[in-house]
Amino acid sequence: MRVNIIGAGLAGLSAALTLAKDGVECNLFSVQQSERAQSVMAEGGINAVLDTMNEDDKIEYHIKDTMDGGANLADPNAVDGLCRNAPDIVRELEQLGVPFSKNEKGIVQRSFGGQKKKRTAFVKSSTGKMLMTAMIDAVRQYEAQGLVYRYPHHRLEDLIVRDNECCGAVLSDFFTGDVYEFYGSVIMATGGMNGLFEEMTTGSMLNTSDAAAIALERGVELANLEFIQYHPTTIAIQGKRLLISEAARGEGGRLYVKRRGYKWYFMEEKYPELKNLMPRDVVSAEMVKVTSRAECDDQVFLDMTEIPPMIWDTRLSDLREQCVNYLNIDPVSQPVPVSPGIHYFMGGIRVDEEHRTSLSNCYAAGECACQYHGANRLGGNSLLGAIYGGRIAAQSVLKYADRDALYRRNALEDVPAQNVSPNLSKRITEILASSLQIIRHEVTLNNSIHEIKMLLTHDINSAERRRLHLAQAVLLSAKSRRESRGAHKRTDYPEKDDVNFHKQTVARMNGDEVEITFLDIPERRE
Amino acid sequence: MEILVEVRRQHSPADVPYYQTIKYQAASDEENVATVLRNLNATPELRDTENREVGEIHWQCSCLQKKCGACAMLINGLPRLACDTKLKDFRENRLLRLEPLKKFPIVRDLMVDRSIMMKNLRDIANWLEREATLTDKNEELAYDASRCLQCGCCLEVCPNFEVGGKFYGAAAFVPASRILSELPKARKYQLIKRYKKRVYSGCGKSLACHDICPVGIDVENKLVNSNAVAVWRRFFSNKKTENP
Repeated sequence: MRVNIIGAGLAGLSAALTLAKDGVECNLFSVQQSERAQSVMAEGGINAVLDTMNEDDKIEYHIKDTMDGGANLADPNAVDGLCRNAPDIVRELEQLGVPFSKNEKGIVQRSFGGQKKKRTAFVKSSTGKMLMTAMIDAVRQYEAQGLVYRYPHHRLEDLIVRDNECCGAVLSDFFTGDVYEFYGSVIMATGGMNGLFEEMTTGSMLNTSDAAAIALERGVELANLEFIQYHPTTIAIQGKRLLISEAARGEGGRLYVKRRGYKWYFMEEKYPELKNLMPRDVVSAEMVKVTSRAECDDQVFLDMTEIPPMIWDTRLSDLREQCVNYLNIDPVSQPVPVSPGIHYFMGGIRVDEEHRTSLSNCYAAGECACQYHGANRLGGNSLLGAIYGGRIAAQSVLKYADRDALYRRNALEDVPAQNVSPNLSKRITEILASSLQIIRHEVTLNNSIHEIKMLLTHDINSAERRRLHLAQAVLLSAKSRRESRGAHKRTDYPEKDDVNFHKQTVARMNGDEVEITFLDIPERRE
Repeated sequence: MEILVEVRRQHSPADVPYYQTIKYQAASDEENVATVLRNLNATPELRDTENREVGEIHWQCSCLQKKCGACAMLINGLPRLACDTKLKDFRENRLLRLEPLKKFPIVRDLMVDRSIMMKNLRDIANWLEREATLTDKNEELAYDASRCLQCGCCLEVCPNFEVGGKFYGAAAFVPASRILSELPKARKYQLIKRYKKRVYSGCGKSLACHDICPVGIDVENKLVNSNAVAVWRRFFSNKKTENP
């Protein structure tokens, strides 16, 4: 048996490591090498109850914060597993040589959004990069042993589906143009759907959304696509949005808007307990609200000028450098103008607790999968979810796949590359951005749905068709959820509706149409 | 402001390279080279100064914020990251010359095959053989070494490195310093042996790598510490090397 892992970011590496430790071979495919994956951009930290801050933290609290932060839409049993395994994951990362910041009791933890205890382990504000370096070195050992086969510069072109079972994947080597079928189980670890919102996200250009589109087209169910996280503190820079890590607020940064000429620290006034560290969906929605008020300016600032010099040196030096480099602003002495920007996709390929997708023999983990984060992800839970999810997906392959299956690879001849044209990609972004803002309404959603439908009647190639279907799936999911919850807020349905929508939104292809249904959230087991 | 962009074109390793010069209207001299390339590729029916068609310029890019190392290329002769190089850096002559890194096998246009770096790290056995023990002595070093982007700029300027050669350069010894900095009890005999052969004995100490690193890793410090551990069996100190 050889398992095909699509994507070599944190989730893919974690899956590869799990398989290799069990002596099972895998192909590790990626468009570029691991150092280029979006995981290296994660900044603030990774959550785990280590209880090193004398706050009497408990795993039960981590579970509760994650469930509450996600507006109770996550699978409680999956979240239970995630939080219970978090402390061991962080200790294992330390053993791999991640230089976490430490105190006399062990790893230091900082405050992060939506969490009532200091629970986020970190390395300055480059946590993702540090984790990736350690994981890349750990996997390298198994590359040398011939258990992990690296395929950099390979792009997913299709999934091979026969009799409702995934038999493998088609990948192209874009250095040579060669196209191959790789047979065996597939673990998707392909990241978020940034490409649907070109230049509007904080993430990597490599995450085009094509993998999710391929999955949808091949009959795999996607879930909760309407839940798109707008991170409160981002700024437009050339070609993208720059993230100012939540660590800035975790270490004392404050949000304000000028009201009648005076600074108004609106989060502190409205939410006296967690203040600037409310969950991201709440902060972003508040920013929209205050800036639309007549007596307020339309720009919110992040004021980090009260953060002590020692903290800047030991915990935020890289964040400061980034502000100086890309914004020409030194945050030590000057507030930074910020606004919400797309940062994370809570929705994606639907998986169960064992990271199985709706297609047999196909698994998914990391941001491409819909798991753990419900309607809104907490900062510090994505690195954790990627590592844990990758591990569980690999364990499920070991449990369900046929270990004696013969591995084979097959070259395909004359397969023309299908790409989404830059113009169409831009057009799709415009359509989605017009109706999938922080605050939504059925009328604008309907307009967008209509426009996508029109584009589907044009002369388009197969890659463009599936991208449009994915866009349609996101819009229809948003339209069908007639309530406000987490990152999905609607002016026409401003209240949460647990009776009808305490459910997962499921999108699938039915013939040539996208079909939306709702699925009950599992009960938490004893 | 109008500038001229000169790009080295090559459709495949077998094709003959040529240059195209394109007139480009930049919004301001704050624009970075990644933006220039993205704009050029988004311009329909782009033509060069000789009225030849300009097809898509192939290059690599991922994060656009100096965190991934994908966009390393020669910019007016120097290896740099496109997302971290602004037009105002070259204000005087208003000519921007873009070429692929020359040490690595060409794929097409500005895209090169840098997989030799992965291969070399595998070859020197760059991994921990036992669990790490980080102390205040090696923590800062581990952090700095872990920042390496594997972009290849250091190898481009190194007088001793060549693809397939015996010397592996800073792209190998910076990551190796993280592993070597572990306490002596963590076994790393393989790495020590190969480090001596692939780094220590081939390095001419020009330290061009130290100056070119786009993220400012203290490369010299990594070399000194790694030599101390691997060659002289001396447990290193965390003192930064003084700049000469």
